[in-house]
Amino acid sequence: MAVALENGRRQFDYWLTVYKRTWKGSLISSFLLPMLYLAAMGIGLGSFVDSNGTGALGGVSYLQFIAPGLLAATALQIAVGESTYPVLSGLKWQKFYHSMIATPLRPADVVYGQLAFIAFRVASTCVVFLAVIAAFGGLRSPLGLLALPVVILVGMAASAPVVAFASTLQNDSGLAMVFRFGVVPAFLFSGAFFPVSQLPNWIEWLAYLSPLWHGVQLSRDLSLGTLHPWLVLLNLAYLLAWFAIGTWLAVRGFTRKLIG
Amino acid sequence: MDEQRESLVHARELRKSYGDFEAVRGIDLDVWRGEAFGFLGPNGAGKSSTMRMIGAVSPTSGGTLRILGLDPAADGPAIRARLGVCPQDDTLDTELSVRENLTIYGRYFGLSRAECKERADELLEFVALTEKAKVKVDELSGGMKRRLTIARSLVSKPDLLLLDEPTTGLDPQARHLLWDKLFRLKQAGVTLIITTHYMDEAEQLCDRLVVMDGGLIAAEGSPAELIRDYSTREVTELRFGPEVMFSDHDALAGKVEDLAQRIEVLPDRILLYTDDGERAVAAVHERGLQPAAVLVRRSTLEDVFLRLTGRTLVD
Repeated sequence: MAVALENGRRQFDYWLTVYKRTWKGSLISSFLLPMLYLAAMGIGLGSFVDSNGTGALGGVSYLQFIAPGLLAATALQIAVGESTYPVLSGLKWQKFYHSMIATPLRPADVVYGQLAFIAFRVASTCVVFLAVIAAFGGLRSPLGLLALPVVILVGMAASAPVVAFASTLQNDSGLAMVFRFGVVPAFLFSGAFFPVSQLPNWIEWLAYLSPLWHGVQLSRDLSLGTLHPWLVLLNLAYLLAWFAIGTWLAVRGFTRKLIG
Repeated sequence: MDEQRESLVHARELRKSYGDFEAVRGIDLDVWRGEAFGFLGPNGAGKSSTMRMIGAVSPTSGGTLRILGLDPAADGPAIRARLGVCPQDDTLDTELSVRENLTIYGRYFGLSRAECKERADELLEFVALTEKAKVKVDELSGGMKRRLTIARSLVSKPDLLLLDEPTTGLDPQARHLLWDKLFRLKQAGVTLIITTHYMDEAEQLCDRLVVMDGGLIAAEGSPAELIRDYSTREVTELRFGPEVMFSDHDALAGKVEDLAQRIEVLPDRILLYTDDGERAVAAVHERGLQPAAVLVRRSTLEDVFLRLTGRTLVD
């Protein structure tokens, strides 16, 4: 543990440099796009939904309904984006992970460093997004601000298994599948835009399997004040399980790839 | 003698397998502090697999391996803290600046930021890249990238420097520049381990080397010893014109084989191994043979390799 922390500290300058060189480029995809969603759906579509009654949403405005969900979905998208091509680059194209393990760093340290960086990327984008949501009146209660740690956890629950998957790939063709069959359906059907109870039964159950649904649910319950203690625990435990198992698999994948 | 020398790498019956494929099939070697030690062999001889095991990033499949007196299976990080590694691929971060590649790498070894900056500036000077310090690695030539990779491997002041094919893919001028840097490191007392499939590189840099082929060590010694033991002083190369096809080489070989201690028949030429090359040339002409070109040269490690394996180094 102490070694992992020390080896994490040793990577700090690297990830800081990476962040400095990439944050501007990532502004549009990670920030502007969710803002557009928020404006178009929350305010545009929202005024239409609200004028027809929001009973199915629990009587809150559509903006307040989707804002926490959109935040969680954004966290997921950023996290997966950072867990795919950059990881394959480190392992296969530029091979900078290989140069890292020629030092006292171990494959596990490299995984932890990469995941910590992704967590930071998610956090730094979501904190701004959350502030904008709050400014637009997208939160019903100040407790909604606690969605920040929740959506960071969503990011990690998605990132760790995707990093593990990326470490098993020979080329980038598998990454498109992550987006097509993972991110896009999760984004649309995890309850960010409408309650999953509106879905056919079997899809509803698929939605419950997605870590994003748990993140959306918890973030929304915090903002709307509809928390159920046992559901909070379930949501958190489910997200943590994805994160923990994903991290374990990622360490295994990196070790196999880097040490052979 | 052996008691006074410090063995930085000690291997006995060392093996490495990938599934059913045995890349290294039981090798013994010692690398002594201060020497430049080489692995010479063609691609696929097991050199890089051996280097990765010595670099403590690849577990052994059998035998004994001690690096800097430590067991790589138990003390990998402690060993790697004292190694400098220049891999076959540059593995530089191409979007960082030249200098950042050095300062960031130093941090992985636990150096302070101040130490990293100081080392980076020294090393950029050493590899003649000071003017490129702020340039992105993307914009460097192949030779500059190699020099930067070597500089990076030195950032932690390693006891042992591993260089895997350091000049492969470089033009002659860049190679000579790099050899000069490596020679200076050697003069400064850094222990070097080099893999190469260039015999001239091995002759230039290595105090002692092993010839590897098919995962085994075929011979060991200094370049001069190997040439003395496995070849003759001189070699006469006979090339025949295009009218003499490969099939005729064997017939021609029969006519000259008694003129040398040993002959080799290659697709494009016949090599006569003899201590007096000029005399062999005269004798060839006396027999009425008309080679299109004749070259008398001294033996090289290439000849040693040919003798040991029946193949040339660079196919």
